[in-house]
Amino acid sequence: MCSRVYKTLASLPPLLWVGLFLLLPYALMFAHSFWAVHDGVLVHQWNLHNYVTLFSKPVYAGVLLRTMRIAASVTLCSLLLGYPLAYYLSFHAGARKELLYQLVIVPLWVSYLVRGYAWKTILGSEGVLNGFLQYLHLTHEPVAFLLYSPFAVVLMLTHIYTPFVFLPIYAALEHIPRPLVEASHDLGAGSVQTFLRVILPLSIPGLLAGATFAFVLSLGDFLAPLLVGGASGTMIANVVQSLFGAAYDWPLGAAISVCILIITISLLFLSERLEKRWSFK
Amino acid sequence: MSGQAPSRRAPFLTIYAALVFVFIYLPVVVLILYSFNRDGVGGFPPRHLTLDWYRQLFADASIWDAVVNSLIVAAGSVALSLTLGLLAALALDRATFPGKALFRRLVLLPLILPGIITGLSLLMFAVFAGARLSLLTVFLGHGTALISVATTELFAGLQKMDRAQEEASLDLGATPWQTFWRITLPNLKLSLIAAGLLIFTLSMDEIAVTFFLIGRDNTLPLEIWGRLRRGITPEINAVSTLIFAVSVVLIVIWYRVRTRGLGADAQDLLERP
Repeated sequence: MCSRVYKTLASLPPLLWVGLFLLLPYALMFAHSFWAVHDGVLVHQWNLHNYVTLFSKPVYAGVLLRTMRIAASVTLCSLLLGYPLAYYLSFHAGARKELLYQLVIVPLWVSYLVRGYAWKTILGSEGVLNGFLQYLHLTHEPVAFLLYSPFAVVLMLTHIYTPFVFLPIYAALEHIPRPLVEASHDLGAGSVQTFLRVILPLSIPGLLAGATFAFVLSLGDFLAPLLVGGASGTMIANVVQSLFGAAYDWPLGAAISVCILIITISLLFLSERLEKRWSFK
Repeated sequence: MSGQAPSRRAPFLTIYAALVFVFIYLPVVVLILYSFNRDGVGGFPPRHLTLDWYRQLFADASIWDAVVNSLIVAAGSVALSLTLGLLAALALDRATFPGKALFRRLVLLPLILPGIITGLSLLMFAVFAGARLSLLTVFLGHGTALISVATTELFAGLQKMDRAQEEASLDLGATPWQTFWRITLPNLKLSLIAAGLLIFTLSMDEIAVTFFLIGRDNTLPLEIWGRLRRGITPEINAVSTLIFAVSVVLIVIWYRVRTRGLGADAQDLLERP
């Protein structure tokens, strides 16, 4: 129907652009991970040294493990908040559904930095929460462990990713044919049984998508630890950032980035597979 | 259907949902409240309400320089990513070329990969190409990363589009070029506006990629980031409150665009025999 020229004209510029400004940079990252730094100078000498360092020094495995633990906590907390909220909106909100849905979406548009900063002012030792606790005479000294801890990182990231987790779950719940739920009730199943045996299994693809989002996005975050994490809340991306900054070892930083990239892509791939297996029809 | 069936009462669930809403909104409310607090960002209760922090903010030249920088970068990113995203969406929707599946995944990578990876890759590329870090590198970074958003939104728009009009136009002797400008583009108007608003907001807010590409001139989020390290005053609450207000205005516009789009669809349905 359309001429070949038209199609070539449409596909060529984005192909070239994406090749030059996306594929090439990612390839450079990959290449760097096989290079080395000698006396502060980058040497283009292909070797596996960076990967050997990564796997032989327990420091990196330790930070990666902590990062995974934080990401898993964020995922679990976001699910515990996002799933019931989605369930409530989909099955119990009635006429207020549309308005409430919009209210969950709004924070997605609000700056990451603004929200992170808000938590910083709430959790600080001279922050709003400590002021509140002392005002109520619940404590006399400021509670110091709130800010600059893994807890603060989990709290901030949970706050940011709960709406992200909510969205796919809500979409999945909305797609469940209501007659199925009614049939379950009519056949004598109680609310809990209907939820466990009809609604929950049918919403698993949405749940998986939400969980993958939260986990993958928290895994590579370096801003939350800088903002509210302190030394004990350092994550793997902070190690990368310091290797690219003061520590000046780009190849090692690139090797860690490649690992993060591989973990991310495998998780996305795995979740896509599982979602397909669990989707009905 | 789901709305009208009288749902069973679930008081615990309702309370739980209300608490989740409190959790989602509490930080923003606190932030706004303390932007009027004379005595600083913490403590309870906030007393001595004042507009001084806003006055200080409006007199703060470096914040406004950063705002202008961010606006320039965001406007440029919208133009760049919409243009390339539109072409990419057209290519994915209509053309067949070798490596199409790979291209689709590659374009989406910045959306799924952590910002630090995209940011550092672009930094290495800038160094490799011998480019000095400046607002230009930030703009190239945002524009390229956000092609993902433009492509997704516009591809969805193209898939929903009725092809009969384009075919009619071509059958009636219009050139593909004329058909594109007079039929395809006007039909995509709502997707273009929605994608544009989303890209604008994301670029104004971007920090993970910007972090590594920034030169001497700061964007607004990086200016704020820099100040957070130097000790905080409610002036940052004030600027955050304004950012929040602008975001809300943009959402309302975006929502209007969306619903008007739905309204038009409904009208089409009614007008059809």
